[in-house]
Amino acid sequence: MTEELTTKRTSQWKDVWLQFKTHRGAVIGMIVFSIICFLVAFGPWFWTLDPNYIDIRAKNQGPSFLHPMGTDQLGRDTFSNLLAGGRVSLLVGVTAMALSVLFGTLIGVISGFFKRLDGPLMRLTDLFLALPLLPLLLVMIMLFRDTLRGLFGPETGIFILIVSAIGLTSWMPIARIVRGDVLAVKEREFVLAARSLGTHNTQMITRHILPNVMSPIMVSATLSVAAAIITESALSFLGLGFPSDFPTWGRLLYDSTNFMKLSPERVIYPGLAISLTVLSVNYIGDGLRDALDPRIRGR
Amino acid sequence: MKIKSLVLGTAAAFSVASMAIADRGSDGHVNIIYWQAPSILNPYLSGGTKDVESSSMIIEPLARYNQDGELTPWLVNEIPTVANGGVSADLMSITWKLTPGIKWSDGSALTAHDVVFTGQYCMDPAGGCAQSNKLADVSNIEALDDLTVKVSFSVTKPFPYGPFVGAEQPIIQKAQFADCMGAKAPECTAENFGPIGTGPFVVTDFKANDVISMEANPHYRDASKPAFASVTFKGGGDAAAAARSVLETGEFDYAWNLQIDPTILSQMAEGGKGEVISSFGTAVERLMVNLSNPDPALGDKRSTLEGGPHPFLTDAAVRRALSVAIDRNLLAEVGYGAAGKATCNVVPGPAMYVSTANDECLVQDIAKANNILEAAGWKRGSDGVREKDGVRLSILYQTSTNAVRQDTQALVKQWWSEIGVETELKNISASVFFGGDQSSPDTYQKHFSDIEMYTNLFSGTDPEAYMGSWVCSEMPMPSNNWMGNNMPRYCNPAYDAMAAELATTAAIEDRARIVMAMNDMLMQEGAMIPLIHRGRVSAHSNKLGGVVQNTWDSELWNVADWYRN
Amino acid sequence: MLKYTIRRLIFTVPVLLFISLVIFLLLDLAPSDPTGNLPMTVPPEVREQIRLALGLGEPMYWRYLMWCNQFFIIEPLNIIEQAWGFCWGDCENRTRVMSWATRSPVVDLIIERTPQTLWVVGMSYVVGIIIAIPIGVISAYRQYSWFDQTGTFIAMVGFSVPTFFTGVLLIVIFSTLIPTDSIFWLPSIYDTTHKVTDWDSFIFQIRQILMPVFVLALYNAAQISRFMRASMLDNLSLDYVRTARAKGMKERVVLLVHVLRNSLIPVVTVLALNIPHVFGGAIITEQVFKVNGLGALLILGIEGADIPLVQTLTFIFAILIVLFNLIADVLYGILDPRIRYD
Repeated sequence: MTEELTTKRTSQWKDVWLQFKTHRGAVIGMIVFSIICFLVAFGPWFWTLDPNYIDIRAKNQGPSFLHPMGTDQLGRDTFSNLLAGGRVSLLVGVTAMALSVLFGTLIGVISGFFKRLDGPLMRLTDLFLALPLLPLLLVMIMLFRDTLRGLFGPETGIFILIVSAIGLTSWMPIARIVRGDVLAVKEREFVLAARSLGTHNTQMITRHILPNVMSPIMVSATLSVAAAIITESALSFLGLGFPSDFPTWGRLLYDSTNFMKLSPERVIYPGLAISLTVLSVNYIGDGLRDALDPRIRGR
Repeated sequence: MKIKSLVLGTAAAFSVASMAIADRGSDGHVNIIYWQAPSILNPYLSGGTKDVESSSMIIEPLARYNQDGELTPWLVNEIPTVANGGVSADLMSITWKLTPGIKWSDGSALTAHDVVFTGQYCMDPAGGCAQSNKLADVSNIEALDDLTVKVSFSVTKPFPYGPFVGAEQPIIQKAQFADCMGAKAPECTAENFGPIGTGPFVVTDFKANDVISMEANPHYRDASKPAFASVTFKGGGDAAAAARSVLETGEFDYAWNLQIDPTILSQMAEGGKGEVISSFGTAVERLMVNLSNPDPALGDKRSTLEGGPHPFLTDAAVRRALSVAIDRNLLAEVGYGAAGKATCNVVPGPAMYVSTANDECLVQDIAKANNILEAAGWKRGSDGVREKDGVRLSILYQTSTNAVRQDTQALVKQWWSEIGVETELKNISASVFFGGDQSSPDTYQKHFSDIEMYTNLFSGTDPEAYMGSWVCSEMPMPSNNWMGNNMPRYCNPAYDAMAAELATTAAIEDRARIVMAMNDMLMQEGAMIPLIHRGRVSAHSNKLGGVVQNTWDSELWNVADWYRN
Repeated sequence: MLKYTIRRLIFTVPVLLFISLVIFLLLDLAPSDPTGNLPMTVPPEVREQIRLALGLGEPMYWRYLMWCNQFFIIEPLNIIEQAWGFCWGDCENRTRVMSWATRSPVVDLIIERTPQTLWVVGMSYVVGIIIAIPIGVISAYRQYSWFDQTGTFIAMVGFSVPTFFTGVLLIVIFSTLIPTDSIFWLPSIYDTTHKVTDWDSFIFQIRQILMPVFVLALYNAAQISRFMRASMLDNLSLDYVRTARAKGMKERVVLLVHVLRNSLIPVVTVLALNIPHVFGGAIITEQVFKVNGLGALLILGIEGADIPLVQTLTFIFAILIVLFNLIADVLYGILDPRIRYD
């Protein structure tokens, strides 16, 4: 019996992969996203210019052989900044997304499924929705920055702080959306059928409810990658983000906004990087959703 | 810059002459943008520059500083001095004589009783007056007659021009504010949003933190002024947007405090719609060295005298090397453009107070800095960071969040790395950094870092109070709730003695000598590392004439003389 | 349903009180200080005096109770008195919720700024919804068609490019590159003193809201259209759609009556989450275009540590969130009668 189940499982995942492969957008998205991840992870090994190295004589330059994407107002190389910034931005985007999706789905499913917990959990959601983000961050920074800096060093410490802050303040919409869908799904006939077959709650949620609320979760996940990257840039701009010698895509985009007329290419690169990432993550999400849906998979 | 302001000065003088025949309100409407929006028009309840300057179009002090920092009579006929008998020989009182015939914008006459009332209004302890330090040591203010007011001090005041001088100390109308004393002050919304004044304009509509609409004061003392019939004073946005609205889109005529990248500013100015103007006062961007130990392991004793001396910044050689390694001219060029110049003094003006004894630091010399450290026994370790007796030259360098400051941090970090000093950068939201919250570890008073950077200045032209910041008793510490201005925790009895001497010296030449000696002592002992003498930079449209940039008073001090080109 | 709604409404009161307490504690704990923005020339002793005059010397619980008294009793009383023009008791000496930075009643500030926020942010939601729902429906119905692909692309770019960038880009194009006398020129600074009285002033109003509304609508439409599309896709493959088609229903009826209605649940959730934000304003867009609405007021309050202002604004915001989430819950029941709360 168990053996049969495992073989069935593997073949199911294979099915998912086969279906995923037929989704052209998803495959392209996957390739683009892999390239971006590869560049960001290994790029600094090939392009060895220090992103923080200042060559003031070469400030505000256009693209050249030495600086393929030009330089900023202090003569720092834009390309190496983009590579270094990508590491942080991607990490922030993906980690904060994972956190908020995990939190949001958990709370959404529980409160949609168990009537008794619905009230308290949704009121908690209301509370979090009402909390102003900036004072919350100021308080978090005041309370935890020094401790985290001592434990993990200045960079990892602030990373943990920012990711958890963004995650902690962005799960609520996901929870509300998931709950709304769960409320509708759990009244459908197949749930009643499963229930009369004696399905346990845990299995009911993982096997029947979750797959049916997958699409809003996927949309929220892809949107929250973009939202996290942009929130981080807004925080840097308010002085609550990473230290200034710590480039991120959002910060690069923000810093170059005022240079838009002087050197337009400086704005385009980080903007392009963020958009490409978000687009590719979105197509991957689309593909995954289709692949995970047994009704579509059969077609 | 001097030539420019001189030229502007003559242009203004010329315009004054030509305006004499024009009519009040003949030039229509003028638009002013301050990217920080005024929140109130009563400078006694808010010390913010935006509030002080916007209110200076409406309410006026007895005397102002002009563009050269000289005292200029405003609501009086002459500046009282010992020579003309206005200041008593014992330096304990000053007597102002109002110009007869000046009217408030409601048509009633300005009297000495209004001046007396203004003083009482600000000295009421329940009011939380933001300018009360200007009235420190005032023992009595009395009206000798309708036009004469005498201010007495409880100590000798060699420089008695604190009360009622400058944009921060305008005269408010007794009849209007009589019911707004003390604890009642904040509740007088209508009064605070629309003070009756003697200035060239009257408020018609005030939207807090947004926009002020004004029109010409019908009772202004010069019948031909102001040339503009109405004003829109808009606030909000950021400095770049304000600059754009004057220099590129031409929607506004005057934009204030344009601290943006000089490259962008000059590119905007190339459009030919307006002109960037700047002038210098007393503001200096400086690095404050921490002479006490900021080690977090010390707990409550962190950055206090009890915590012990700093592990390496107490070494004068290190402080000197840090200073010599910085290229101040480049910092000024990159971050400030026309609004900054290199300085080695903490007192950069007025000219008679400026010392030349510290000019070593004007030229960057990395090799010399390296030699200084080498000679002092700081040897490079395997990672290139110097150390001595197990102490590494590793610095935590904090400042407030601001694009220019972050660029400065990046440059300084690079230079210091070239002399074997490791730097960790930290920036803190300005409202936290400059706020005095006791529970926050990130205020500039607590200075829980090795080096911090900010700008300080003194208002007006007298540096006595400013120089008093670095006496021993001014050290911020838990026992005084971290209130104090001596951020470096500098303590030298010789300096304290000079500060005491300054407080009793009247002759201006002697005062200048003492101030210079104090400045030199601070610089040579390396209590702080001055970087940039910062000016004010603003922009005005080519269609606006008569603008005279002034850093000693409100920028809008001569708005009555503005006209349409 | 009615019983559920009434029960929820009653339960809302303690929830809101608790939220107000949490917000107060948070703001009180935050390290920013109301004297932080004063010039350096103001000495520390004077700053301390200012703090005391603002009432910061009082214990925390007292300040919270004061605020509760001012917000829950004095402000409603004041509104009633203003509306009917009478004076009940000691109406002259009641202290309303006062902003620390402007020393004026917070509620008046909010009322003063609501029009421009409604114009810009409200309009952007209206435009965003009008664009997003058809795009979402068509994208789902013709999945992977060129329309869907383009729609997805624009939506994703719209969502991933921050408003501080699109705003400045539009200003550079429409305010600086286009000559001022051209009809395509648009003002970069919102005039809050402008009043719509006739056709010309209405046209001016449209011109000055055009850029901020476009920037925000792009962002909102992107989000709503994605949820609409995903939810439509889910429902299109369900059995009841096949049944409806088999019964010979017109395709338009199947799509717009059956599928759309059943797909609206996540969209209603998103809208209910977003509508309070109309009131919250759009911080960055308002700043870029100098709209000076409620978003700008909130950020100024936070930066200046104007606790009464921030507390009141966030609390009104909290009321809206709780109310709109309640409305969403009720709407679920109407859209899908199978959902029951009792």
